[in-house]
Amino acid sequence: MGICIHILLSRITTIFMAHHSNEPQVTVLPPDKEKIKKLWTVAGILGAVTAVEFVIAFTMSHGPAKTAIFVILTIVKAGYIVGEFMHLRYEVKVLFWAILIPTLFIIWMLVAFVYEGMQMPVF
Amino acid sequence: MGASYGKLMMWFFLLSDAFTFSGLLITYGLVRASHPIFEGLPADFIFSTEYWPIPEKVFEAVPFLHGYSLPLVFVGIMTFILIMSSVTMVLAVEAGHRMDRKAVEKWMLWTLVGGIAFLSCQAWEWTHFIVGTDTATMKDVFNLKTGIWDQVKVTGANLHVNQYGPQPFADFFFFITGFHGFHVFSGVMFNFLIYYNTVTGVYERRGHYEMVEKVGLYWHFVDLVWVFVFTFFYLV
Repeated sequence: MGICIHILLSRITTIFMAHHSNEPQVTVLPPDKEKIKKLWTVAGILGAVTAVEFVIAFTMSHGPAKTAIFVILTIVKAGYIVGEFMHLRYEVKVLFWAILIPTLFIIWMLVAFVYEGMQMPVF
Repeated sequence: MGASYGKLMMWFFLLSDAFTFSGLLITYGLVRASHPIFEGLPADFIFSTEYWPIPEKVFEAVPFLHGYSLPLVFVGIMTFILIMSSVTMVLAVEAGHRMDRKAVEKWMLWTLVGGIAFLSCQAWEWTHFIVGTDTATMKDVFNLKTGIWDQVKVTGANLHVNQYGPQPFADFFFFITGFHGFHVFSGVMFNFLIYYNTVTGVYERRGHYEMVEKVGLYWHFVDLVWVFVFTFFYLV
């Protein structure tokens, strides 16, 4: 086991040494401060929305209104993740709609199945 | 379409994966809607197979704080970990655009830490769910030998028994969080591959870091699914 790890480490070291000698010349651009700031803002929004969800979870009584708020807040979070983190908002329109339109089927599936569930009680 | 082949295919894979997860979560909704809900006040709630449990009463344990009722705190920590690792991933993508190998390495390493931390949390949560609480729940179990219903004490849950409520509740817990957890696991594997290739200079020689972007899409999707699991399994 110890020998195996030793061999592995020495291989990794060789790789490290190797790419110093035949390293291609690359120009590293400076960090895009504005873009990075925006990403942290999105992370802040996601955290804040989750915090709001927590507050609602313990202050509101269970019912359709509470569920509706949770669903809306979840869609807000999903929008930020897909739009900003996954960059879909900035992709070409064809790709944007090719992803968004099929998800409408999920909503259909959700409504149809949950309705069906309410019609067939187990007990 | 103006997007590269690899990214396009990743998007279509993720769309199909979204349908798989929707199938699981919507079936959960169907089965839950067909079970009676607990009618009393949340404070009076006790575990019973007669009605669907209130999730915050099931998930209220936190490591090292045995005996305290801390509803949804641990799952909140898990959510925070996954959101943070999504941020570090997108920062790795940003660094890749600038050909900044050192920064990609740094942020990929943080993403890996986040993924492993999440999986560790899940391992603890599963263990707690399987082992169960201090007080057992009484359950009617059909005895095949005698042909009568026996009253049995049940602690914890698996695919045969469930102390927290009706059997499907435990089944869905294992299948939904398990399927998501497996996605996180494969995500960690992919992230490690990306990290390794970055360290060895594969992408630098290739001239672009598009692989970071593609695996990044997958990793954000895992975070996205968790947002839905968090709402529909733990909050509602």
